[in-house]
Amino acid sequence: MIIFEDVHFAYDQIYPALRGVSLQIDDGESIAVMGTNGAGKTTLIKHMNGLLRPDQGRVIVNGVDAREKSVAELSRTVGLVWQNPDHQLFLDTVEKEIMFGLRNLGYTADEAEERCHRTLTQLGLEHLAERSPFALSGGERKRVALASVLATEPDVLALDEPTIGQDAGQKERLAKMLREMNYEGKTVIVVTHDIEFAVDHFSRTIAMAAGIIIADGPTHDVLSNDLVLEACSLTPPQMTVTARALHQVFPEIPQRLTHLDELEDVILKIVGGEG
Amino acid sequence: MALIEWQDFSFKYLGANTLALKHLNLSIEEGEYVVVTGPSGCGKTTLCRTINGLVPQFHRGYIAGHVIVDSRDTRDHTVAQMASIVGLVFQNPANQLVTLSVEKEIAFGPENLGVPPDEIRRRVEEMIDAFDLHHLRDKHPHEMSGGEQQRVALAATLALKPKILVADEPTSNLDPQSAERILELIAEQNRRGMTVVLVEHRLDIVAKDASRIVLMNEGSVVADGPPHEVLQMDICEEIGVGVPKAVQLYKRLLANGVRLGRVPLTGSELAMLVKEAATG
Repeated sequence: MIIFEDVHFAYDQIYPALRGVSLQIDDGESIAVMGTNGAGKTTLIKHMNGLLRPDQGRVIVNGVDAREKSVAELSRTVGLVWQNPDHQLFLDTVEKEIMFGLRNLGYTADEAEERCHRTLTQLGLEHLAERSPFALSGGERKRVALASVLATEPDVLALDEPTIGQDAGQKERLAKMLREMNYEGKTVIVVTHDIEFAVDHFSRTIAMAAGIIIADGPTHDVLSNDLVLEACSLTPPQMTVTARALHQVFPEIPQRLTHLDELEDVILKIVGGEG
Repeated sequence: MALIEWQDFSFKYLGANTLALKHLNLSIEEGEYVVVTGPSGCGKTTLCRTINGLVPQFHRGYIAGHVIVDSRDTRDHTVAQMASIVGLVFQNPANQLVTLSVEKEIAFGPENLGVPPDEIRRRVEEMIDAFDLHHLRDKHPHEMSGGEQQRVALAATLALKPKILVADEPTSNLDPQSAERILELIAEQNRRGMTVVLVEHRLDIVAKDASRIVLMNEGSVVADGPPHEVLQMDICEEIGVGVPKAVQLYKRLLANGVRLGRVPLTGSELAMLVKEAATG
């Protein structure tokens, strides 16, 4: 469980990025964090593994004040995958890259190798084990960076903009993998601008603007709310646009629908399909 | 003759094992808005690079066939010669920002093309207005966020007043509303006559502006036509292209025996067609 108690943080003590954030994340949740560029989303998740420390307030990870733990200790609990993989990749083969974190956490060479290969297989990256991360495509580098964190098997996985530069098939595979990890009891948190990705795969959404949380609740409630969408520079999910327009003529259709399945059901009722 | 024409064009990067583009035959007419899409590694970025001659002038490799742009064979013209015709916005904007301030960045291209100083000043102000860059005027491009860099890179490219704008995922780092504003600016340039070739995965945000979608897979064009025709083809799902939910729902309704008037590309278009079907 992760708790933020009135957390304030300013870069260089001048530029406020978090202005009093309180939240609770229970084990096994799946959460999307959304908001404009500069809303404080990345700053928020960097507080979860101690990369940033609050100026005021507290972050409590599994019952312990994060102040009492080093980044290395916190990283066993919270694995953070950066937006730009080039900021976290630095070794000359994919295998070494993934082994590095494991060895640092104290795994023996054999254990590390076993975990490394299990993770590469899981992500469909085995064929790249001997390649240099820097000779790979942007999408592949992102998956290697993810593998290097996944291999350490953290309880909480926080990903910063994991869908940028990924095609639909890769996005679908990523979503499936995150869903499976979530079923296994892991907490999954993504920072994303991709509203359809949030709607399809995350049950809770935290919306941020200018360093505060402006809404926090079930995804379909948060992301169908106009005030939230405006404050976060988001455009409504495509199915919500349809639901709202239909609601004007067919008041029985709720405006808050976000899912394809929901829309399919209500439209078939109106136009009377065969199925 | 078409404005851009690939004549049985193939290309393989130096050191690569497979062809990035295979026997490409494609032509784009003046004034079109072509969205190029397909799974990662399908050759979209390479295709962009062939339009301003980066392939084969800068990226070397095996080459067969020709690319003719505005009657010039890109084999015989330098990238600099093509720069007044083709503006290219890269996928990673940091790779193309070279100066110390936003103003200088926008002026850099026109200066190098020998545009008179008065005209350069006019264009810089025009771009700063259009892209809402006033607050960033004196800022170093590398101190800006990814989204801001993307706006500056696009502004600097459009300041060249190119005939053809080629943009490789120009909104990937932007929040949805900023992305929509940029895409609206690009659509506006297209309405004024600029030919646009845009690479994008997120078809739900660009399909409505495009006159045509070119779908690529493994270095070849596998589908080519108006958005509502291409997006309902099963090959989109087969190769992993993100079909807008409005189109997905159209196909599901069809499977249930409900045929809407046409293939919708946006949520509001879908709602309109459902209303027609229910009341008509």
